[in-house]
Amino acid sequence: MIAEIGHYALMLALGLALIQGAMPIVGARSGDPALMSIAGPTAVAQFAFVALSFAALAACYVSSDFSVLNVYENSNSAMPLMYRLTSVWGNHEGSMMLWILILAFFGALVAAFGTNLPVKLKANALAVQAWIAAAFQLFILTTSNPFLRIVDAPLEGRDLNPVLQDPGLAFHPPLLYVGYVGFSIAFSFAIAALLEGRIDAAWARWVRPWVLVAWMCLTLGIAGGSYWAYYELGWGGYWFWDPVENASLMPWLAGTALLHSAVVMEKRGALKVWTILLAILAFSLSLIGTFLVRSGVLTSVHAFATDPRRGIFILAILVAFIGGALALYAWRAPLLKQGGLFAPISREGALVLNNLFLTCACATVFVGTLYPLALEALTGAKISVGPPFFNATFVPLFLPLLLAMPFGPLLGWKRGDLLGAAQRLVAAAIIAAIGIAAGFALQHGGPVLAPFGVGLAIFVMAGALIDIAERTMILRVPFGAALRRAAGLPRSAWGTAVAHFGIGVTLLGIVAVTAWGSERIASVRPGGTIDIAHYRLSFDGLFNRPGPNYRDVVGRFTVRRTNGDLLGVMEPSRRTFPSRNMATTEAALMRRGVSQLYLSLGDPNPDGSVPVRLYFKPQVLLIWLGALIMFVGGGLSLSDRRLRIGAPRPAKASVALQAAE
Amino acid sequence: MSLFAGFCLLLLSSTQLLAVESNEILTDPALEARARSLSKELRCMVCQNQSIDDSEAPLAHDLRVLVRERLKAGDSDAQVLNFLVARYGEFVLLRPPLAWHTAALWGLPPAALFIGVMAIVLVVRRRGSAAPAEAANLTAAEEARLSKLLRDKG
Repeated sequence: MIAEIGHYALMLALGLALIQGAMPIVGARSGDPALMSIAGPTAVAQFAFVALSFAALAACYVSSDFSVLNVYENSNSAMPLMYRLTSVWGNHEGSMMLWILILAFFGALVAAFGTNLPVKLKANALAVQAWIAAAFQLFILTTSNPFLRIVDAPLEGRDLNPVLQDPGLAFHPPLLYVGYVGFSIAFSFAIAALLEGRIDAAWARWVRPWVLVAWMCLTLGIAGGSYWAYYELGWGGYWFWDPVENASLMPWLAGTALLHSAVVMEKRGALKVWTILLAILAFSLSLIGTFLVRSGVLTSVHAFATDPRRGIFILAILVAFIGGALALYAWRAPLLKQGGLFAPISREGALVLNNLFLTCACATVFVGTLYPLALEALTGAKISVGPPFFNATFVPLFLPLLLAMPFGPLLGWKRGDLLGAAQRLVAAAIIAAIGIAAGFALQHGGPVLAPFGVGLAIFVMAGALIDIAERTMILRVPFGAALRRAAGLPRSAWGTAVAHFGIGVTLLGIVAVTAWGSERIASVRPGGTIDIAHYRLSFDGLFNRPGPNYRDVVGRFTVRRTNGDLLGVMEPSRRTFPSRNMATTEAALMRRGVSQLYLSLGDPNPDGSVPVRLYFKPQVLLIWLGALIMFVGGGLSLSDRRLRIGAPRPAKASVALQAAE
Repeated sequence: MSLFAGFCLLLLSSTQLLAVESNEILTDPALEARARSLSKELRCMVCQNQSIDDSEAPLAHDLRVLVRERLKAGDSDAQVLNFLVARYGEFVLLRPPLAWHTAALWGLPPAALFIGVMAIVLVVRRRGSAAPAEAANLTAAEEARLSKLLRDKG
């Protein structure tokens, strides 16, 4: 019964989405306020029915109702409650349900909080949002229905893919989807602006919070997925240039570019046409990401869908939305008025440079990901595009961006002083030079480029600090005055500095772990030892440990410093899932500061020895810590007074503090 | 996100060993280092986008042993790669060779940058020539007022 309620609610949601997609547009064209005002309530109602439908599916999972095919295929009554709940989206059908849930949620938020939006823009944007919702709801109902029943209900389910039985599943897909789907709002607003043929700087201010939320969640989602792969897959890699990873990186790159170009549009009224294009591209790349992962084009653990009908349906959605949006853009964008002149050396100029490198990097990832597919389809030739390609192309495009990053915030709007900015960055350059020298002094035969990488990371971080120091004049005015200036700085200025600092932190982690990480591969017997960096691990033996729906064979290792100090034990394991006759590697991690010892276990040999892979990963946690700092930076920017949605504007603006900007 | 490697893991039963096994390692550290860097350039063809250095699949094990045998026999790095391409096709290389059928792949990143720079330069130049024209488009009354202001100041 519950499954049928869910099924029916989804159909009703589709009906509402169709109304929401049609009436407000008609209203906006004929200037009928009654028709336009339909958009808001239907968006909220559509969300309510999608939420009901999703809740029904979740209820089937929690109660282990194996008469529902989707639950039978992806769940098991022995799984802990958390995994029964998260396995709702650990499969194709359920993850599409999560997709439309978040889509409808964003639509409802626009309807509920977009009270200060122009009526026409709001009606058009919500209508476009409804087209996307209707397309995906139709996709679910016709090709990926999660509510199908089995006539003879089995007693037990087939269990969730063991690799997915991890806390990572609880947050990684939802965060990624909030990111992907969040860009749909920017897309809808862009289409609405094109439909209306009118756009102004305020557009950027309305869209910016949505882009920020999407970008923050995507940043955290990608970083979380990277950490999950790092500890789950057993060989300590954190980024593989896998097509599925690239699918999430492309919207991130386009979204980062959008975030920056929207600033120019909001502050200076320039780059309007370009910003609209980026808004379209960011969501288009999210759709392509969904297609790559969901269609089975890439045979991987993510491509649960093996049914080509699904691939063709998503491809049709892709063609209709991306093709339609770009055609509309080509037709209507010339009508939009350009504005805001600026000199090449200026804050705007720096942000254009940022956009240039980000879009080129994005294009590189795009061609590297899709080229093998296209080549095989056209000529039948099979080639591989792997990490060596991306390291040779993406990295050279990203380095100049990082080098230029500290200059941007120090340049003035309209006409900047490059020499002045360079002078203010001298301190950062000196600190970076010290870092490079220290790198050379401390490394023993590591790569020559590594200390320069460290130097660049330090330059980026110090540049962010100098930005704040300059704005607060901390070294030039009394400390109390600087503190007052700091409190008066716009939150978005803090956000910029914090997020840029986070990039430096991530870069430092990547450089350190790539250049100075070490690895030991060995077979050990009980009583044997392995040495790595300053640590010595002794193998105490193997033992069995039962879990709720798996068995662990655990290796126990005692970790000491080389001088004999006891640090603790590490217990990596091989985890076998009887329900699927599969095994996973559960690596053991020991944190030392921001570095980690990483130990994974092979299957025991007949002679009693155990193959192990042991890594020392210096500063590795900085990679994800940096992403967390970027997230916080985004949050600070989001809390900026001028972006708070629906917040009443204070009558007296604090004019004195505006000068600091 | 990259749980693709888990796919490899799942295809196999629980009998696989770890990637790069201890008995594979060569005694000559220089040769072993070369073997490791070559392994990172070679694809495990039964896996999804995984190098043979990372993969636990039996095929990856065989290829690692093969690479080391060729190195011990005195092959250069290029010879090893050529040997594997002759056997398994270009699919085995994670870094696609620069050839006609990959020209668009390798050419796109620099081309995108070039086109981007040219587009920006063009827009800047067009704007640059547009700005003075706008400034010159003053009405006669404005011209008179401007010259009066300038005179008063001077």
